[in-house]
Amino acid sequence: MDLSTFLIQCLNALQYGLLLYLVAMGLTLIFGIMGVINLAHGSFYMIGAYMAFALAPMVGGNFYLTLILGVVLAVVLGYVLEWAFFSYLYDRDHLQQVLMTYGLILVFEELRSILVGDDVHGIQPPELLAGTLPLGDIMTYPVYRLFVSGMCILLALGMYYVFSRTRLGMMIRAGSVNREMVQSLGIDIQFLYRVVFAAGVAIAVLAGMLAAPISSVYPGMGNQVLIICFVVVVIGGIGSIRGAFFAALLIGFVDTFGKVLVPEASGVLAYVLMALILLWKPNGLFKAG
Amino acid sequence: MKYKQMFRVALLASALLGASLSAYAEDNKPIKVGFMLPATGTYTALGNAIENGFKLYVSEQGGKLGGRTIEYVKVDDESDPAKATDNINKLIKSDKVDVVVGTVHSGVAAAMAKVAKETKTLLFVPNAGAQAITGPMCAPNIFRSSFSNWQPGYAMGEVMAKKGIKKAVTITWKYAAGDESIKGFKDSFTKNGGEVIKDLNLPFPNVEFQALLTEIAALKPDAVYTFFAGGGAVKFVKDYKAAGLMDKIPLYGAGFLTDGTLEAQGGDAEGLQTALHYADKLDNPKDKAFRSAYETAYKDMVPDVYAVQGYDAAQMLGIGLAATNGDVSKQAELAAAIEKAEIDSPRGKFTISKAHNPVQDIYLREAKGKENVVVEVASKALADPATGCPLK
Repeated sequence: MDLSTFLIQCLNALQYGLLLYLVAMGLTLIFGIMGVINLAHGSFYMIGAYMAFALAPMVGGNFYLTLILGVVLAVVLGYVLEWAFFSYLYDRDHLQQVLMTYGLILVFEELRSILVGDDVHGIQPPELLAGTLPLGDIMTYPVYRLFVSGMCILLALGMYYVFSRTRLGMMIRAGSVNREMVQSLGIDIQFLYRVVFAAGVAIAVLAGMLAAPISSVYPGMGNQVLIICFVVVVIGGIGSIRGAFFAALLIGFVDTFGKVLVPEASGVLAYVLMALILLWKPNGLFKAG
Repeated sequence: MKYKQMFRVALLASALLGASLSAYAEDNKPIKVGFMLPATGTYTALGNAIENGFKLYVSEQGGKLGGRTIEYVKVDDESDPAKATDNINKLIKSDKVDVVVGTVHSGVAAAMAKVAKETKTLLFVPNAGAQAITGPMCAPNIFRSSFSNWQPGYAMGEVMAKKGIKKAVTITWKYAAGDESIKGFKDSFTKNGGEVIKDLNLPFPNVEFQALLTEIAALKPDAVYTFFAGGGAVKFVKDYKAAGLMDKIPLYGAGFLTDGTLEAQGGDAEGLQTALHYADKLDNPKDKAFRSAYETAYKDMVPDVYAVQGYDAAQMLGIGLAATNGDVSKQAELAAAIEKAEIDSPRGKFTISKAHNPVQDIYLREAKGKENVVVEVASKALADPATGCPLK
């Protein structure tokens, strides 16, 4: 591998890592901070991608309006879901959470099949971002991929700011450590969790919408990202936003170079990495304080 | 059980009393065809097309094959190999079907073939291209109306070598269908003087191609041969184009790269050449008749390769039943008739090999708009090598 190929592969790895982080971010909130094992996370991602496909004609094909409309709908969806289902799960054991969220996967897949059908769809990126940049001697790099990476970094910074620098973030962090204590201090923890959950769903849906032009839209797409998202969150340390960020980048590099250097084993490398890291640090790279 | 015994007695009696009685008894009882196809999941549309095609042929024959009425039972195979054995056993044992038709997914079809072989149930495979089904697992009572994964690959290898391509790279998912397609490609490409400089692959169903596209750009082969299907095919073609490789390193593939995916690929697939046993704008009267009948029978549905495969499965069953006067138990005669027949398919006439895979023309097609338009016959009457099949 010569230097220029190596650098392009590094860019690929970085870009894939950021995409992974974008997808896993919502799970970090719901699983990492609220402690609910949410298998339906992949479904929210899938819903996002299908929204990018189905909502676009309603707003005249405007990509940015679609994003905004999708996020608004996602917040409503997350709020209602928390009220109807998830609020009953906090005190239950993990098995019940798994069962219910698995049930939600089946319901969402079936609804998707009924409402939109089972076809594969491609989404065009907005015109402004549809171009490519020359890279190396014959390759080009799509601008849209760089845009997604940029969006991911923005979201990551925003989330980091909210959690570590604002009063809201402080209350959420406190709630994740001791729910009852926070409640007894006069904070409406129920409402707070509803907001966090809605935010988690909205971020997953946003990730799906942003990823749709890159990944295309197809049945079962949510299940594919679900497992790798859990790997990211576990490697990063449950509850750590910073940890998930570095874990996603790490997996991006391992996956990209694994595919090129040891293709026979590329399917298992991410999981081997997870096993090794858990042996070394059983709580993940950055345990939440 | 009781019914089966009665049936045996009836058969015995008919053997003793003469053929006329047999024909009379057979006339009254419909033949039960069990569809084991995907009704949910990624392959739903394919399952529907196969069922529609099959039923279209039967209804063209007045609802009867070999003089007996056809009755249908359905089970959703969910494209889940883990449930395949239970599902086909349900059809055979509790629904008591005479014939099983299925399926799309190769893993499920392999499990079905195993049960069909053990229970000696007639099985028609209307899609799954796994070579094993007409290879090591082949049986006198198992037929395939579609293709083997090896066939389009082999045809494309010939075409690419003829175009003067010397160095090629292959890329696919690391699973049976991909491996078999690449094997077919290599068999003919290397035989005709080409060289495969690298086989790239990634685990199924991973769709993060960027690292491997960079690898292709670094290797600079004359061309790339690929096997991807469904969502993966859409994404691969779009990524290949976005990486700027489409104009510099021509891309070729098995037909599934552009079949049922052109709309989603949104023009990025324009001009792509692929190989398959069916194409749009085939200039034969059978295809024209089939297409207009299909469009009349199923509103808003476009006839595709899967519908053709279902239609031909019914044709093959019909030929077999005609030879035995509708008696499904005479499997040797039924198989002999199908092996001898020339099947007048919308894809063009084809025959069935001793291993029961179609011996058929593979077309070179080019993606134009929403269609895969035929360019030429890439490989005439191509037969799968049927490695490991004792029947050949």
